[in-house]
Amino acid sequence: MASYRELLQQVKAEIDEVDVPRAREILDGAEPPLLVDVRELDEWTEGRIPGAIHLPRGFLESRIEQAAPDRAQPILLYCAGGARSAFAAKSLGDLGYENVTSLAGGYTDWKRSGLPTELPRSLDAAKRERYSRHLLIPEVGEEGQLKLLDSRILLIGAGGLGSPASLYLAAAGVGRLGIVDDDRVDASNLQRQIAHSTERLGDWKADSAKRTIEALNPDVEVITYRERLTSENVDRILADGWDVIVDGADNFPTRYLLNDAAVWHDIPIVHGSIYRFEGQVTVFKPHEGPCYRCLFPQPPPPELAPSCAEGGVLGVLPGIVGSLQASEALKLALGIGESLSGRLLLFDALATEFNEVTLRRDPDCPVCGEHPTITEYIDYVEFCSGRPTHA
Amino acid sequence: MKTVRIPPTLRSETGGKREVHAIGGTVRELLDDLMSRFPGLRSQLVNEDEIAPFVNVYVEGEDVRTLNGLETEVHDGSTIILLPAMAGG
Repeated sequence: MASYRELLQQVKAEIDEVDVPRAREILDGAEPPLLVDVRELDEWTEGRIPGAIHLPRGFLESRIEQAAPDRAQPILLYCAGGARSAFAAKSLGDLGYENVTSLAGGYTDWKRSGLPTELPRSLDAAKRERYSRHLLIPEVGEEGQLKLLDSRILLIGAGGLGSPASLYLAAAGVGRLGIVDDDRVDASNLQRQIAHSTERLGDWKADSAKRTIEALNPDVEVITYRERLTSENVDRILADGWDVIVDGADNFPTRYLLNDAAVWHDIPIVHGSIYRFEGQVTVFKPHEGPCYRCLFPQPPPPELAPSCAEGGVLGVLPGIVGSLQASEALKLALGIGESLSGRLLLFDALATEFNEVTLRRDPDCPVCGEHPTITEYIDYVEFCSGRPTHA
Repeated sequence: MKTVRIPPTLRSETGGKREVHAIGGTVRELLDDLMSRFPGLRSQLVNEDEIAPFVNVYVEGEDVRTLNGLETEVHDGSTIILLPAMAGG
């Protein structure tokens, strides 16, 4: 029977090892390998090699296929001193991975050589519990949750679409939410605007939504703008630093102004709109995909815009469309999945039917095209009679 | 016979109908047929001789502006979607 030392030597003879200087070279090279830290959680949280992913030795075999589906993918493993990573390399070889190396001397040698390390941020126990259902999803995980906690999403309107969108984004742990709305809670809002409540009648919607969000998740910082988006304030509000904008406005002037501003500030918009039983959702990614003006170069003339008063909407419809917007916004913040950029999703609640049409960038787009003709903000006149509102 | 989906914002012009059938081999012919039967649609769909800039027409999910415009051919069994801008939130 072999002793541990003999077994280690035997394994080391079967695998490929690199020393720290060579590891540094290949990590800095044009095609760096997947760097995997196989140590335990407490070691990992005390410092790691930048760029590493964490797959503790005990979970390596069961989780490696998610991290490296391609068996030809080069992988560099490390542990504290090079023993556990040697066994790990042997094991990955047995699983069919063709290009696995172990870092001789491990993290200890790396650190001793004065090479860069980083202290991974990690979730505290309370956050770990709150977001546990996210942590279980490989595409989110701790890294993704930390990303969400660092992300900043601006909501235009705290009404039908903004209510569900803001609540789900808050529940998901988006670190900062901005809410732009100049309206107050009205009884006719409560049939669908679930961020508000009967006792908040007359309150500013932005403040009411902030209270609901803070009660739901104190991790979220809420910035309120009790103002209507105009050419005067749009630059100031967008300059506060947003990763994604969720457009839940209820009028054309705001939507066009926001589109133009987002193109110029280079911030993606998750667009949603609703009418009666039908909704539309898409994503406008400046300079990558189409913008709102590629889709509709200009708003309809006031006399043809559907009147707000005669419109009406099934109360749950904004719940569905606003939730789809939240889903798109979370994907953008996490950098995962396929966004709705270039696709307009049409939902019909009466038929319970989703349809999709293709959206393309318009090279002649007046804002994001090759020769833009619109270069400053336009305040279109409000189409609905009466006081303009964000619903 | 082709099926044209009427968006909710235009249904007051089609007597509340969500889908109507229309005759024609091109988008232009289909729209002409449609607008002759539902004259209220004209101002909502066309501007002089063009599709109005605040409405899109899709044939099989593609914007006809990226195909052949009003001359885009429409085959039997195709579905045409009329899509005006919608602002509600």
